[in-house]
Amino acid sequence: MVEWSEQERTIITSIFASLDYEDIGPKALSRCLIVYPWTQRYFGAFGNLYNAEAIKTNPNIAAHGIKVLHGLDRAVKNMDNIKATYAELSVLHSEKLHVDPDNFKLLSDCLTIVIAAKMGSSFTPEIQATWQKFLAVVVSALGRQYH
Amino acid sequence: MVKFTEKERSTIRAIWEKVNIDEVGPDALARVLIVYPWTERYFGTFGDIFTASAVLNNDKVRAHGKVVLKALDEAVKNVDNIKKTYAYLSRLHYEVFHVDPDNFRLLADCITIAIACKVKSALDPQVQATWKKFLSAVVDAMNSQYY
Repeated sequence: MVEWSEQERTIITSIFASLDYEDIGPKALSRCLIVYPWTQRYFGAFGNLYNAEAIKTNPNIAAHGIKVLHGLDRAVKNMDNIKATYAELSVLHSEKLHVDPDNFKLLSDCLTIVIAAKMGSSFTPEIQATWQKFLAVVVSALGRQYH
Repeated sequence: MVKFTEKERSTIRAIWEKVNIDEVGPDALARVLIVYPWTERYFGTFGDIFTASAVLNNDKVRAHGKVVLKALDEAVKNVDNIKKTYAYLSRLHYEVFHVDPDNFRLLADCITIAIACKVKSALDPQVQATWKKFLSAVVDAMNSQYY
């Protein structure tokens, strides 16, 4: 099971406390769809995703980005039990949405870039290490129910 | 062979112009050593690199970070011929340093994050996509002499 030091918990909770989910969520998801265009295949029902501008202004993408951040919020509030917290989400993405689990890493990378751009030099190497550890646990939990 | 459009070339040059090699080089390499600690094994002669603060204060890490980014400058100047430009470096990392090629991707990720921290919103999604395409070509070139 993943162990978290007090310092790591503080880092994660304070980063999330500083985030406007309505801003960061859409930014991270739209970035993923632009940088890794094959991920658009999962959003066929979302309307116009034909170019970067369309993606950045698509309200369905924005709403879904916010949803994703709220999902991450649950992991932050249950850091000692992310696997169990995400079991249902994992089943959903596997059995209903048929998302290739490699894509979780891509979204987490895009979220990292958005956070880095927001925090600038405060996104120090140590903070990056803790942040990536958290996201790696999240990505692993999301992939857990795939068989 | 990787083809870059005029727009991609000018995007890469524009971002690169914002990069201070003496700043981003050391930052990117420090991030690799701190976020992916197994990479410390390649820097046995660098002295103390076993804690985050040691890495951040290590002169050899700083110097080597600059060397790495200067080499990236060569790729920026030779985008149509990255493989040939890097053939020597690839052979060197394979035959002399025995570097696991997975690590080139990790360094590429940390360079992108270091740049994101520095230029923030200038690394917008489309720019990130182009920059990643460029770095993938660089990572491929570094892999090219490994057999």
